[in-house]
Amino acid sequence: MISILEKAFNPWQAISDYQERMQCAGQYGACASFVGTMRDFNEGDTVKAMVLEHYPGMTEKYLEKIIADANQQWALLDVLVIHRVAELLPNEPIVLVAVWSAHRKDAFEACRFIMEDLKSKAPFWKKERIVGSDQSGEKNRWVAKNTSGY
Amino acid sequence: MPQSNNENSMSIKVLYFASLKEQLGCAEQQIESAGINTVADVWQLVSEGREITMTTLNSVNQEYADLDTPVSEGDEVAFFPPVTGG
Repeated sequence: MISILEKAFNPWQAISDYQERMQCAGQYGACASFVGTMRDFNEGDTVKAMVLEHYPGMTEKYLEKIIADANQQWALLDVLVIHRVAELLPNEPIVLVAVWSAHRKDAFEACRFIMEDLKSKAPFWKKERIVGSDQSGEKNRWVAKNTSGY
Repeated sequence: MPQSNNENSMSIKVLYFASLKEQLGCAEQQIESAGINTVADVWQLVSEGREITMTTLNSVNQEYADLDTPVSEGDEVAFFPPVTGG
């Protein structure tokens, strides 16, 4: 399942709630998850807040494609992807990827694959509200690119 | 930017996101499909002669595309900077 949320969410509660409703109880032996959280620093500056923009329609379509690609490569029982948009504050979760499979190899590897593909291609953009180290006051700055995770 | 307000099937919807949207001062516009064959043609029409940067990405009907991808009336074309989600 894919969910794009404008409000803060609790990823651990989301995993627990989703797992309780899943149809494959008894079949899964592994759940691997990744939670990305907003930092209060970037490139030497203090980050006060962030606005996450996305491309409604294409974002969901691309996330569906990533999950379909992962299902081609690994034996997965279920996948949950939740991503925040709109205004975020430091320490709030940005993204959750959770993958269920019979054995740990598929869950671990697919979780990593989904997260890396999301970071490099899913249409989301971060704009930071920063306080520069040069005392020039608060300003907005688009994050130019994501660092490679591999 | 050349612009028209009619949303009939003879037009192409063009979207911009993030820093590119701010630079162009525009989030969305409709252009006439006459003379448009590819994504590159769309960019040439909307950019008023600006070079497209190497990092600018594009999509046609919400799927990643490139400058040679065909575009026809009724399509949705988008231009955007490198993605930074997750």
